[in-house]
Amino acid sequence: MNRHLLSIHDASAEDVVRILDTAESFREVGTRVIKKVPALRGRTVVNLFYENSTRTRISFELAAKRLSADVINFSTGGSSVSKGESLKDTALTLQAMGADAIVIRHSSSGAPLTLTRWVRGSVLNAGDGTHEHPTQALLDLYTMRDRLGRLEGLRVGIVGDVMHSRVARSLSFALVKMGAEATLVGPPTLIPPEAPAWGVQVSHDIESVLPKLDVCYMLRVQRERQRQQYVPSVREYARLFGLSRSRVDLLPEGALVMHPGPMNRGVEIDSDVADLPRAVIEEQVTNGIAIRMSLLYLLLGGSGAEDVPRAEEVGADA
Amino acid sequence: MPERFLFRGARVVDPATGRDEVADVAIDDGVVSSDTPSNAIVLDCDGLVLAPGLVDLHTHLRQPGREDKETVETGCRAAALGGFTALAAMANTEPPADSAAVIHEVRDLAAAAGLSEVFPVGAITRGLEGEAMAELGEMVEAGVRIFSDDGHSVPNARLLRNAMTYVRAFDDVVIAEHCEDVSLGEGGQMHEGLISSSLGLAGEPREAEEVIVARDLAVARLTGGRLHLCHLSSAGSVELVRRAKAGGVRVSAEVTPHHLVFSEEDLVTYDTNMKMKPPLRASEDRAALRGALAEGSIDAIATDHAPHAVEEKEAEFDQAPFGTIGLETALAAVLTHLVEPGELGLARAIEAMSTAAARILGAHDHGGPIEPGRPANLVAFDPAAEWRVEPPFGSRSRNSSFLGTTLRGRVVHTMLAGELVVADGKAQR
Repeated sequence: MNRHLLSIHDASAEDVVRILDTAESFREVGTRVIKKVPALRGRTVVNLFYENSTRTRISFELAAKRLSADVINFSTGGSSVSKGESLKDTALTLQAMGADAIVIRHSSSGAPLTLTRWVRGSVLNAGDGTHEHPTQALLDLYTMRDRLGRLEGLRVGIVGDVMHSRVARSLSFALVKMGAEATLVGPPTLIPPEAPAWGVQVSHDIESVLPKLDVCYMLRVQRERQRQQYVPSVREYARLFGLSRSRVDLLPEGALVMHPGPMNRGVEIDSDVADLPRAVIEEQVTNGIAIRMSLLYLLLGGSGAEDVPRAEEVGADA
Repeated sequence: MPERFLFRGARVVDPATGRDEVADVAIDDGVVSSDTPSNAIVLDCDGLVLAPGLVDLHTHLRQPGREDKETVETGCRAAALGGFTALAAMANTEPPADSAAVIHEVRDLAAAAGLSEVFPVGAITRGLEGEAMAELGEMVEAGVRIFSDDGHSVPNARLLRNAMTYVRAFDDVVIAEHCEDVSLGEGGQMHEGLISSSLGLAGEPREAEEVIVARDLAVARLTGGRLHLCHLSSAGSVELVRRAKAGGVRVSAEVTPHHLVFSEEDLVTYDTNMKMKPPLRASEDRAALRGALAEGSIDAIATDHAPHAVEEKEAEFDQAPFGTIGLETALAAVLTHLVEPGELGLARAIEAMSTAAARILGAHDHGGPIEPGRPANLVAFDPAAEWRVEPPFGSRSRNSSFLGTTLRGRVVHTMLAGELVVADGKAQR
């Protein structure tokens, strides 16, 4: 595996399987009374969050703590960053403090890659601008494989504002990599015209797509898209592309409904749809911790799932 | 006592006369001389090309206002090191060059530096705000030949029409346009296409340039004024210019070395030195630009030398400013990537970088011909010398899109009005 995870392109299909398998072993840790293994004892993980994201930050923090790493949360509010410190100077500071891994969330596409120029530790992209959010895609793959038993050949619809979604980018690339069939669904203004070159299908008619899906993945709608005139109104968007109670029955039996959160209930997804048994949104959250444990573990030197029970040996150099 | 020089055994390439032969060129009292003067300083030019000094239609000198990025002096030193004896200094300084006072200041600073002749460009609109015409006549009296709001297009077609019409009162004044429709290009960080969509960077479509090129050509036809189109980047723009020229519109156009060499594919590492306006476009656009340059639809090569501070460029991609420096790499980039592979003849390259640019700029002492009595503005370069692009530069900034690459072709001597301002590759001032 690469030293960093900046994009889904940093992981081969083989790597993805290894990441998911390793997460499988770590998920069990979360069910114990004492939810902790010593795999990364003495290692330092920094959460560098330039954008507010309580959910992702907590997920990474829990993952690192369950691996016994020392965790530092470096958020922009109240830090030197809010005093105008550059990304480079922040990076050099973290480097000087000996960060083994830096988890970065940033509003600028490419900021994680830029960060790698100045630090020796591993960089994990926790979402950059409208570029990628690879750990989200991996936890989504994990959830799909866990529930449906496979990835290859799965038919996945990704519905919503693909244009501005880092989740949709990473998930599309990941599904194509694993041999699944992805279909992007949304108004033409919110689907990148180049999307077919990613290896995905495109549709503007959700009702014709739903009956052919194993997974219906709903993206969060940003209300500012109305102001930017990508859609006439959020109301019209919800009517044309929302997953309503009546539409959800177009899905085949056993098909899943997924959402990366946080949801706009009543906009892209009806409230009672989100609470159906086939909606696995909370499982995605739980699986996110295991995936992030797996990634931190593998990037910081673990070789794979077979190592996990003997994790003390891995951490012994600390 | 004025110095005398003899460029001995150079390959003299002079597009103004079509001359291309090995010869000696003597300089006496600032001009080319027909006699070989006694006690001349002999410059051995075996293997070197001697050409009219290069002329840049598009330089940002940043002074007044951003002397941390560049000054008139450092910019002129970069120009001299790159073989340029004349340059047009863009008006987007702080304060902008929208009055005779700033024009005089820039020209005085350039004269004091004595490294390259500077032709200040005047702003078309007051404060570059795109709302009201600047006092163009006063600036013409101060010697301005080109007006441009570079950095922006004149936003209003009527205002552009009036400016183009108004300057017909003066001889041979050119309106130069940066072509970018702000509504279509808003927020754009790079060329819009497959790469921008994978990188998650907001794209600017080539049509953002083309709609303004089309509008400006129509206004030029309407007014009969002289229009110069800056840094063209798209195949569609080239086609529009080609048709307008065939239809008799008085238009000239320039292209930058970076648009001739790079493409959107060079953005995949989020290298902020590859971030400029207009953005590097697709390889088919690059091919069209090269073709248009070779055939003359694009008249000139201009650097769009745009210095920026290190800390500004060492930033998140969407927060970094647009622009690359280019004076010190332009000639070598063209030689390495166009002339050497045979896409562009050496004489046409020099014509585009010197003779044609001088004609557009009205820089009558530059661009050749290299004939007795003509001012000695010359460059001698070694087309085979390889070098790696890396600091230190003559420029105060180092945001070069060519940084870290190897180029062939190195300026050996630059002569400004009979004075050797660069000798053996080193600035003499």
